[in-house]
Amino acid sequence: MDWGSILENTLRGFVGEQAIYFALAAIGLNIHFGYTGLLNFGQAVFMAAGAYGLALTVVYAEQSFWLGIFVGLFVFPVIMALILGVPTLRLRADYLAIVTIAAAEIVRLFLRSPKWDSVTGSSDGLGQYADTFYEFSPFEPRTRYGFGPLNFLGNQLWVVIIGWIVVAIVLVIVATLVRSPWGRVLKAIREDEDAARSLGKNAYFYKMQALILGGVIGAAGGLMRAIGTQSAQPDNFITDVTFLAWVALILGGAARVFGPVIGAMILWGVLSFTDTFLRQAVDQDIIPTSIMEGTQVGQVRFMLIGFSLALLAAFRPQGIFGNRDEMALDDR
Amino acid sequence: MTADASADMTDPLADVAWEPGVAKPDPILVADNITRQFGGLKAVDVDHLEIQRGVITALIGPNGAGKTTFFNLMSNFDSPDTGTQTFNGKDLTNTPAHKVANLGMVRTFQLTKALSKMTVMDNMKLGAVGQKGESFWRALLPFTWRSQEKGIETRAAALLERFKMAHMTDEFAGTLSGGQRKLLEMARALMVEPELVMLDEPMAGVNPALTQSLLEHVTQLKDEGMTVLFVEHDMDMVQEISDWVVVMAEGRIIAEGPPATIGENQAVVDAYLGAHHDAPLEWEDETDGDDVTSAAPADGSSEESS
Repeated sequence: MDWGSILENTLRGFVGEQAIYFALAAIGLNIHFGYTGLLNFGQAVFMAAGAYGLALTVVYAEQSFWLGIFVGLFVFPVIMALILGVPTLRLRADYLAIVTIAAAEIVRLFLRSPKWDSVTGSSDGLGQYADTFYEFSPFEPRTRYGFGPLNFLGNQLWVVIIGWIVVAIVLVIVATLVRSPWGRVLKAIREDEDAARSLGKNAYFYKMQALILGGVIGAAGGLMRAIGTQSAQPDNFITDVTFLAWVALILGGAARVFGPVIGAMILWGVLSFTDTFLRQAVDQDIIPTSIMEGTQVGQVRFMLIGFSLALLAAFRPQGIFGNRDEMALDDR
Repeated sequence: MTADASADMTDPLADVAWEPGVAKPDPILVADNITRQFGGLKAVDVDHLEIQRGVITALIGPNGAGKTTFFNLMSNFDSPDTGTQTFNGKDLTNTPAHKVANLGMVRTFQLTKALSKMTVMDNMKLGAVGQKGESFWRALLPFTWRSQEKGIETRAAALLERFKMAHMTDEFAGTLSGGQRKLLEMARALMVEPELVMLDEPMAGVNPALTQSLLEHVTQLKDEGMTVLFVEHDMDMVQEISDWVVVMAEGRIIAEGPPATIGENQAVVDAYLGAHHDAPLEWEDETDGDDVTSAAPADGSSEESS
């Protein structure tokens, strides 16, 4: 067993690109679900809005990268949030859940459709729109930069550094908001919408604001991913993406500022660890092929994630950062 | 001004006739022709009702009389099929529920809505209206709302002190007992600084020890110049604190009058003991058991008495 590479891959999972993308998506969900009680099962559509906002602006409309960032961060996700929120936010929470999960699939299938190939690139998607981003990189694109057991290519390192800076800025904004009277109204709506309304708060309006804010943060995750991979493909935004973001949120603890970030780091750390570990174990016949083959590693690691989630639900339902006593208040 | 109001309050309703829909000298809330139908059931059908300013009005009636529905209609948590209500002369027909609260009319709920995963203090602070920090953009700039927040906190602390809950300031509201939640909900409603407080069964599920203190709090609201309208089942409480009683049965207002007289009203007795065998038994000794069988429908009785 090559413990060095296992350690390297695990660390990379903890701090690498995937953890960043999913941390942002999960912070968005935390605004929706953790603070406001909105059930958004279509966070992938906000990530897609971010990615395609940039890609379409640069590749199809041939506008600047910066305009693309603006469209991807604000225009597309806000429009998406309005489309999803206007008809559903006056209704019970479950309606939003149904509509978001459907909308995410509708948008993805629309983007895949060959009919619009000249615009969206259908299932191949769009690519090479983020060169401007890498022009600012102080690192040599093809040089490896090492940090202890970790090392990144110059471009990857640039994405990771900017990515964590974005996460930090978003966390500061979220922390400020949830400790403000505005955040207090969101929590009140989560606890009991009618009580908030009886005290003069426009619940619909606040839910809309929360849906937009969480959507914009999710779009930031999609944008970072689109920049990091230089490609926006419809199948980057399948339903699994939404649910992995949910896993990150639940793992870290909902309604905690750092919960989704730590959750995303652990999620990808564990996924990378199990991936590398199982692959090596199979290669070296520590796990015989009669039990498992190398090609099955990808699936088995998700089974292990599922199993550990089941354990978490049984022994620490509040997540890593949550407060169990607070969680139990619902059961009274 | 509040002292004056309470001094005058000895009998602002002395000259008011004891009949349903009667006009009051200074109504704060006026309902006109309010109906609400649920399928085939007309849950509320109120021709006219005025709630006098500065007094405590009790809304009573047997189970299913439409009291809570009427409350929901008055506070715009539900919209009537027909009719309008005015608050301080302002038509509330198309006013959303949250704006009703901002106009100075606040309600509580029959099933207490303590915000469990928020502290008692946060529950209280939520009640204050016109908070600058409740705007998204200002929320990002704490210096724009910090000083206002301090003021709100002081006011909340004073109210908690008055409701004897100061020691629970930092507890989660979800850890409070049922009675404490009722107290918290009432205190929180006061953070709105309302003119009219509508309490939906403030005593339901409250232990007797706490009942007395809740009663005192309700009377104190009146002493401070607020108008109180409350729904209640407990006749002892109604007799003790209310200045005026409105009786509903089968969606209609069947009687109005001072609390001492209401038990003698034949329509009320019929409504409680006639149509509903399982109604409270407070009036049992005031009527013959035979009345149970000879009950007139509430609609008919309301026409008789008006």
